[in-house]
Amino acid sequence: MTPLPFYLLLSASLFAIGLAGALTRRNAILVLIGIELMLNAANLNFIAFWRYGPNPSALTGVIFVIFSIGVAAAEAAVGLALIISIYRHYRTTNLDQINVMKG
Amino acid sequence: MTWSFAILAALTLASAVAAMTLRNLVHCALMLMVTLAGLAAVYLQLGAQFVGFAQILIYIGAVAILIVFAILLTRGSEPPRQSIFSAGWVYGVAIAVAVFGLLSGVILSSQAVTHELRPPPEATVRQIGIELMGKFILPLEVIGLLLTAALIGAVLIAMREKEGKTA
Amino acid sequence: MVDTMDQIFVMSKHWLVGLAPTQGQPVVSALLSIAALVIAFATLFALTTLLERKGLGRIQNRYGPNRVGPYGVFQPIADGLKAMTKEDIVPSTADKVVHFAAPLVLVVPVFLALAVVPVGRDMAALDTDAGVLFFFAVGAATELSVFMAGWSSRNKYSLLGAMRAIAQMISYEVPLILSAVTVIMAAGSLSTVKIVTAQAGYWGIVPRWYVLTPWGLAGFILFMIAATAESNRSPFDLPEGESEIIAGYYTEYSGFKFALFFLGEYLGLFAVSGLGITLFLGGWHAPLPGLGWVPSWVWFFAKLLALIAVFIWVRGTLPRLRMDQLMGFAWKLMLPLALANVLAAGIWRFMAPGLARWLVCSFLVAAPYLLLGRALAGRKQLTKRVYRFAD
Repeated sequence: MTPLPFYLLLSASLFAIGLAGALTRRNAILVLIGIELMLNAANLNFIAFWRYGPNPSALTGVIFVIFSIGVAAAEAAVGLALIISIYRHYRTTNLDQINVMKG
Repeated sequence: MTWSFAILAALTLASAVAAMTLRNLVHCALMLMVTLAGLAAVYLQLGAQFVGFAQILIYIGAVAILIVFAILLTRGSEPPRQSIFSAGWVYGVAIAVAVFGLLSGVILSSQAVTHELRPPPEATVRQIGIELMGKFILPLEVIGLLLTAALIGAVLIAMREKEGKTA
Repeated sequence: MVDTMDQIFVMSKHWLVGLAPTQGQPVVSALLSIAALVIAFATLFALTTLLERKGLGRIQNRYGPNRVGPYGVFQPIADGLKAMTKEDIVPSTADKVVHFAAPLVLVVPVFLALAVVPVGRDMAALDTDAGVLFFFAVGAATELSVFMAGWSSRNKYSLLGAMRAIAQMISYEVPLILSAVTVIMAAGSLSTVKIVTAQAGYWGIVPRWYVLTPWGLAGFILFMIAATAESNRSPFDLPEGESEIIAGYYTEYSGFKFALFFLGEYLGLFAVSGLGITLFLGGWHAPLPGLGWVPSWVWFFAKLLALIAVFIWVRGTLPRLRMDQLMGFAWKLMLPLALANVLAAGIWRFMAPGLARWLVCSFLVAAPYLLLGRALAGRKQLTKRVYRFAD
């Protein structure tokens, strides 16, 4: 049985890796993958606190994660539809080149 | 710290780093699937069976395949000519390291985070169902609405416009 | 005596586990379950390849393989030897790691899925609280291997076959899961063992299986059609059709890896048939009250062989569906019918037993089918076929 801080550290490092990827990669789809990693890290945090928290029989953590997975799936679908639509217009998914509205 | 957790954590972190740094986009997507599977195994270890299986079904079975389809539709499977990292990547990595430092500092020094071990709680599907239909009925209906809106919205955004229409 | 025959595998497993030291007993128990599962279903796979080739041959008015043994019974051994000794060709531009991993990613989840199917009384290898959800989760993971196989071959035909196969599999997952939801509602649990025990008992001489209710019959038919599509079998085998796209997503595989794909596909068929038997056909229960003396695993395998025979029969009889016909069938016909079925199952549960609920539920299940069938067929303007002769 592993104590709580290990799960929280795993979650924090996954969040940091997802953040680094989302901020540094050029391709729009990889930014979306980074965002999915961040959402998953937050879900892990919820489940860890549900397991080791004061009131696990209320199932709040589990229900929150179920809804979070649903919302993340919806957000991934709409985000990818946007990326496909942008690709059709600009013929590229390179974020550095989609700068028409730059001042 | 048990052996199983150590192995799963190492696998998850390694595949997450690979997902963010590989050159070929499809390899990144496959590494993301390994990360999600590792996380599902961690959920199962924590005793949240329903969430673990739902994670595999929804994330690996649907979201990751959606990402792969989008990569193929936007010609991402050819290796890129320029560098894969954008110009200011140093700042991005610095921010991520700072965030990780802050979070781990909070975790290791907090009073609320205890090292005590409890027996595993019970989270049968029946109890989850009772909670969903009792206390959380309103979020359940709202998420149904949200998913319908996302479905219709995604189809409309990605639909091809008819010929002759100006952008 | 009857009980001994029924529980012979369970008792021998307990005896073997008792021989091991106390420390390692859970591990030994798990390994024995896995070994039993692999041996049983691999043997059934060998038998099915033979039955399929002989059966298809007879439907097509020819003998099947009949050279290797008496009536060709040693053909699977010959096939196995051939697959193991054939040269393993990998294209030079293929992605080596993904190409190697794709057959493994197919076979491992399929064995995991077979673990939750209760093969006999107390004979489910894995009895989790959310068994049916686990089955569908690992079923979704098999689509991943299809993509990996198709993409890593760097071959236009493979990639096209893989995209078609994934689109087909995710489209047909929705009616599959919805028809399973009706059974979960009626049984009140996601555990496969509890679903089988909920179908015990008889009304006089008729068993209490879910297939013998109006919503159960419609659900079973929908489940079987969706299962045929999920396993990429005829008439839904456009992604791997031999006359169309060479071999679809496993064009570039040869030798042992091809045999692994073949194994994975047939085992997927067994797994989803096993789940259909568990959900609708009463699992390992006997069909008549007097036949309880036959061991439970014999009934399960008899039902499984009957379903496999139906699959082979359908493969030999019906022509292949086109891609757009296939997708239209899933989204426009099967999904609304599956939703109407869920409604009928809910009403069945809350009405009093009697003739009224039979009539209401049958109407709720049959009316959408007839109306949708008329509506979708009317748009095509199907006319009587006109023959032109070369006069």
